[in-house]
Amino acid sequence: MAMLDAPIGDGGSLAPLTGPSVPRQSAWDAAKAAYEHMWLLYRRTWRGSIFGMFAQPVLFLVAMGIGLGAYVNQSASAALGGVPYIVWLAPALLVSTVMQGAAFEGTFPVLGGFRWTKRYHAMYATPLTPDSIAFGQIAWTATRSTLVGAIFCLVIIAFGAAGSPGIVLAVPVGTLTGLAFAAPIAAFMTTQRDTTAFNSIWRFGITPLFLFSGTFFPISQLPEAIRWIAWLFPLWHGVDLARALSLGTVGEEPVVMLLHLVILVAFAVTGIVAMFVMYRRELAK
Amino acid sequence: MGYDAPPMSTPSDTLPLIHARGLTKRFGEFTAVDAIDFDVAPGESFGFLGPNGAGKTSTMRMVACVSPVTAGTLRILDLDPNADGPRIRGRLGVVPQQDTLDTELSVKDNLVIYGRYFGLSRAEAARRGDELLEFAQLTERANDKVEPLSGGMKRRLTIARALINEPSILLLDEPTTGLDPQARHLLWERLYRLKQRGVTLVLTTHYMDEAEQLCDRLVVMDKARIVAEGSPRELIERYSSREVTELRFPVGVQETLNGELEGLGDRIEHLPDRVLVYSDDGEAVAAAAHQRGLEPETVLVRRSSLEDVFLRLTGRSLVD
Repeated sequence: MAMLDAPIGDGGSLAPLTGPSVPRQSAWDAAKAAYEHMWLLYRRTWRGSIFGMFAQPVLFLVAMGIGLGAYVNQSASAALGGVPYIVWLAPALLVSTVMQGAAFEGTFPVLGGFRWTKRYHAMYATPLTPDSIAFGQIAWTATRSTLVGAIFCLVIIAFGAAGSPGIVLAVPVGTLTGLAFAAPIAAFMTTQRDTTAFNSIWRFGITPLFLFSGTFFPISQLPEAIRWIAWLFPLWHGVDLARALSLGTVGEEPVVMLLHLVILVAFAVTGIVAMFVMYRRELAK
Repeated sequence: MGYDAPPMSTPSDTLPLIHARGLTKRFGEFTAVDAIDFDVAPGESFGFLGPNGAGKTSTMRMVACVSPVTAGTLRILDLDPNADGPRIRGRLGVVPQQDTLDTELSVKDNLVIYGRYFGLSRAEAARRGDELLEFAQLTERANDKVEPLSGGMKRRLTIARALINEPSILLLDEPTTGLDPQARHLLWERLYRLKQRGVTLVLTTHYMDEAEQLCDRLVVMDKARIVAEGSPRELIERYSSREVTELRFPVGVQETLNGELEGLGDRIEHLPDRVLVYSDDGEAVAAAAHQRGLEPETVLVRRSSLEDVFLRLTGRSLVD
């Protein structure tokens, strides 16, 4: 180690370390700093990440929308409200994709912050509070979800798969659905010491929901006995709302649509409050 | 006990930076810190010496305002951690026992983002970051990732990071645990430099040499309590003799000794692998042992250390 053999320098020209030289900062500034950390991390991998955000919708729309859609369109068009399968599928796929990315943001980065790099503990040694740390995390998840949704939306438009200009509104619905998953999952992950639960969340939660929440086929196709399960989780509410907005059919069931929105907001808000509580509990021991 | 209670042994008249009376931390049934009193004056280097599990880290976490006080009084910079945690933390520098560097970021970015947490502008955080990299002798590694750095470099980066807000108090929890001797000495030199510049250092350690090198004053902790307090020299004078003669006997012999050692020196401690004889003149003890016909395998005469103080106070060694 050359550095240790080198003569010890004069240590630079640091000012005497005495007085208070720290500007007072608001809770908002603190949360912004926590958010900034996530951007700094993202900067390292943004090229690959953005490429993936374009590639995934292209692959899905080609395989499901065009490939599978060619068969579906021959028989089932009436059940899909008379639109081509790809148009029916696209907004739902957008929401489902955003949901998966957001759910992931609620697992590994949170576990890492508490247990691996201990990023959160480093943050808590500064004026940042557990609330601002949690806020930074969830605000970043919202940003990333919006980015995924917006790029997905561009690809849908490029495929000519937009039912109406309302497809643009699928983006905020996707973000809201993402938060409805990410926040409760993040709150739960504060209690975990390793990745054991991660596999269960994916195997028994995210993947089944992705397949059976009305993204690829209407939930009316599900046996009546289990159809109610779709109502319990936020994904179907996001899928149905985004689809109605894109196809311009919100007016057909306004009460159901409002209910979708209320349920999504309720999940997201409850999850974020739970994050605040759990982050406080985990950091201030 | 109120804040007006007389300071224990603060070396100056100024208000202590840290003031603790009856400070207690409990986790459920378990008492980690049991009603301890201490003060830390501005510019002082103050140490908590004790074995693992003595309550040092729990005390440090309360002082760092990240762990709520269970009972007692704690004031830092004349503020209450419960009410003003973020404000106090804004004036502390914390070097935790385990590195909490962001291994995915560059060396420099670790400093800059940390400055941002303290509300510094990006430009100011970058300026201070450059200075601190020089101080930590990491300038050439500024744009490298943290992951491949050696343990000593990571520690120095952690210390540099803790200085980004020009803290009034620097808290160091076991700063050199796990480092090789060379890296430890370099780190001690850097810390000594900070001390000379008037930074108040508060550190925990279970290394007596570290405590002797860095602490003006220290408290010895054992089983959640403070068992002694003073400067390293005072503690050695009060609880030990000037010199120690270490007698190491062949395997099995030490157990058969029966009274042969009596009267050698002022005090005798039997350790599993050797006998320690405390006296003012270690060589004289060694000669006397020889005269009595004792045949230890090795004889070592040395000055008393904090290790001996700890042994005297607790009947146990610092490092198990």
